[in-house]
Amino acid sequence: MTAFLKLLFRNRLAAMGAVVIASILVLAILTPLLPLPEPNVTNTADRFQRPFTEGHLLGTDHLGRDLLSRLLWGTRLSLAVGIAAAFVAATIGSAIGIIAGYYGGRTDNLIMRGVDMLMAFPYILLALAIVAALGPGLLNALIAVAAVNIPFFARNIRGITVSLAGREFVDAARLAGKGHASIILTEVLPNVLPVIVIAMSTTVGWMILETAGLSFLGLGSQPPQADLGSMLGEARAALITAPHTSVVPGIMIFLIVMSVNLLGDGVRDALDPRLKSGALSRPRAITQVDRTSPAPATPQKGVLDLQELETQFHVGPRVYRAVGGVSLHVEPGECLGVIGESGSGKSVTALSVMGLVASPPGVITGGAVKFGGEDLLGASYESLRRKRGDKVAYIFQDPLATLHPLYKVGDQMIEAIQSHHKVSKSKARARALELFEAVRIPNPTSRLDNYPHEMSGGMRQRVGIAMAMVNDPEVIIADEPTTALDVTVQAQILALLDDLRRERGLAIVFITHDFGVVAQLCDRIAVMYAGRIVEEGPTAAVLDAPAHPYTARLIACVPELGGGRRRLEAIPGLPPVVDNLPEGCAFAPRCAKATPDCQRGEIALEGAGARAVRCIHPEEAVA
Amino acid sequence: MSDLALKVTDLSKTFPLAKPLFRAAPPGVRAVRPMSFDVPKGETLGIVGESGCGKSTLARMLVGLLTPTTGHIQIAGAKPDLGDPAAFGKLIQYVFQDPISSLNPRKTIRQIMEAPLRQLYGMARAERDTRIAQIFDSVNLREEFLDRYPHEFSGGQAQRIGIARALAAAPEIIVLDEPVSALDVSVQAQVLNLLADLRREFGLTYLFISHDLAVVEAVSDRVVVLYFGAVVEIGRAETIFNAPKHPYTKLLADSAPVVGRPLTAPEQKGTELPDPLNPPPGCAFAGRCPRATDICRRDDPALTLMGDDQFAACHHPIED
Repeated sequence: MTAFLKLLFRNRLAAMGAVVIASILVLAILTPLLPLPEPNVTNTADRFQRPFTEGHLLGTDHLGRDLLSRLLWGTRLSLAVGIAAAFVAATIGSAIGIIAGYYGGRTDNLIMRGVDMLMAFPYILLALAIVAALGPGLLNALIAVAAVNIPFFARNIRGITVSLAGREFVDAARLAGKGHASIILTEVLPNVLPVIVIAMSTTVGWMILETAGLSFLGLGSQPPQADLGSMLGEARAALITAPHTSVVPGIMIFLIVMSVNLLGDGVRDALDPRLKSGALSRPRAITQVDRTSPAPATPQKGVLDLQELETQFHVGPRVYRAVGGVSLHVEPGECLGVIGESGSGKSVTALSVMGLVASPPGVITGGAVKFGGEDLLGASYESLRRKRGDKVAYIFQDPLATLHPLYKVGDQMIEAIQSHHKVSKSKARARALELFEAVRIPNPTSRLDNYPHEMSGGMRQRVGIAMAMVNDPEVIIADEPTTALDVTVQAQILALLDDLRRERGLAIVFITHDFGVVAQLCDRIAVMYAGRIVEEGPTAAVLDAPAHPYTARLIACVPELGGGRRRLEAIPGLPPVVDNLPEGCAFAPRCAKATPDCQRGEIALEGAGARAVRCIHPEEAVA
Repeated sequence: MSDLALKVTDLSKTFPLAKPLFRAAPPGVRAVRPMSFDVPKGETLGIVGESGCGKSTLARMLVGLLTPTTGHIQIAGAKPDLGDPAAFGKLIQYVFQDPISSLNPRKTIRQIMEAPLRQLYGMARAERDTRIAQIFDSVNLREEFLDRYPHEFSGGQAQRIGIARALAAAPEIIVLDEPVSALDVSVQAQVLNLLADLRREFGLTYLFISHDLAVVEAVSDRVVVLYFGAVVEIGRAETIFNAPKHPYTKLLADSAPVVGRPLTAPEQKGTELPDPLNPPPGCAFAGRCPRATDICRRDDPALTLMGDDQFAACHHPIED
């Protein structure tokens, strides 16, 4: 709650709105206690007194009634009616929306078509019609305003309920024996409540305005009772001769509606979960680089060389050390596997190469990424943009999320070519076609004109690979490219990647959590844990004789086909959270071989030749 | 046969398609074609197949979240009211694939755990507390977790909570729908071992659905292989992947990445599943099958006994 208020008041306008509406509310509540003249006592002798006259701070109206008193009583009434209307509309509208969204099917259709019909009328006409049918009066105006706003709530809440009703926890509640009413009240409602509150806070100002509008037309509050709308309506005749009689209620309406809207917008923004991470702005086009130490001057190894790379996420006061000093290189035609569990920093390492980590909150705090003799971390956005997708290309896990759903895949391929090379569209299309054949997409010509949703997962990933290949990159970084695919399709995609790198001398950095995949495709592997490399070496050597206890135990965890029914090896405990890493070896708390030395001081990645291990009690001597 | 935990007879599900305004309604999508199988008490039956093969539809019918189009389900001798999850609740429970999204984000773990005890058994407060303590103890969770909210847990812990909730209903059978595919390998092994312990302790019967053949083989007694909504092969876990009879089972087994096996693309022919709106006649796998002949494209093969206890639906099964 305090966090919410802090976030809310960081928005100056919302804070101002909150202060204004709070003072108006206090005044309205205290009105009966204030020493004010009776609002409805007429005194025609004193009519149209100017503001600041003796006894009448804001002057008097056409019947000589005290304007300040009428203003405060009128505000009280207008606020009460507006807020009541908002509550009525929110309650009925949300109930309709939840029922329609939860039951779906015919119920939904019937209800929502009714709501659509209500929405088809201009709102003020509808309100007028309702008041005309019920007769003028404040209560009827309230009913009219509430009725007019029901569709807004119904539509909003229905949309959210539909997505909630399909969620697994609703199914789980059903299996726990709950009935529909109980599920609606105890499972769905608590999840839509925040949305209802936000919708109310943004509409209550509108409702006050609508109530005032009806009163202005003489359909709301009846004389002599004052509300803001009727005060304006009565002052209309004297607009020129006694402008203060209209200006006073006008300013009050303005203040109320303005402050409520500012506050409502503030509440909506503060409750938006995307803003809770502290990032109010859009991510930059390139990850922020803020190196605390000079970039390593070691000469580049291989085609792409990561040297002591450190990437952190700064979220509020917390610093997550996602990548803590990773050095990796890959040779032309080589496939390097980076293996690790979720949170080990393998994807962040990959994204840091081309400055693709979202910033804020991501910051690259140290190391270098050397490519073509240049340090990419120091490169300008323009030079990095030219290399993205041209020299270094990415393949991501979910091709449905990376391909644009509204463009044909062929056009997306052509765009990828034309953004780096000045070639004609027909040439680019020919190139796209050639690549579709290279990644073995059947009927490539017709497939170019497909939209992503018209393709299966395996076909989409082939498009993803073709797109990565489109500018003949030197390095491809593949981040779990087969995790979302079925095994039969996975085998084909892996075989395809293997052929491509052999034919074209591509360097591949293959990020995965699957040892089987690594074993089949990669020449060398690096094992990551808690943001650091704990072991690296040629694939066969590491898999046959893992040196780090983590690697050894992780390999033992993976069931292999053909082993029959058995008990699996498990690693006790959980991977550490990288905002508070222990000193020394991060795996020590889960390690059977750990001694007190393991958590004392830095442990270096040491080894000879191609193999290296970061452990003082390795399973195998790495010499 | 009183020791059968589950008996499924001719169970099928067809999802109707929207009826066009002027024409007759199209036949609908057959997500699960009529299938029958038995599960003896205490067995773990693995169910494997690729996406779109009807695994999840089958699971949702078995727990009553979907009403089957044909057929019936008998659990421990009782025939629950089809399509009423509450009637199924005490007999069969479901553990979801995504552990976090199966827990209501606005409820404490205690409220989540209490729901089945209160709704299905009408237990009083004190009784509920003891029961929850017992269950938490058996799934190795600390009781202080009870007053926290789901987002405070890691995937592995949340999945234990999901399993604890299923156990709270004291069911005969638990359907595990990809229970470890969202978890890291080191945590996956913890959860699989926990499941094995619980099965022994409570005499449970499991239906274990997964796309990961190695995991299914490691935990199951028998395995059912589904393709395009139909059972193509049933057999003992030790033999079904080592000596498959159906070419599709062989394809699956050959595709699984195994350390030490060279990388080969086991299949170069069309890889698309048949169009569910317009299913081909005969065997659904014929289009991808290296052994397919004319009869495969004409007649749908029936599930027949091959060997001692292996069944396959194939005109040209693989001989040993």
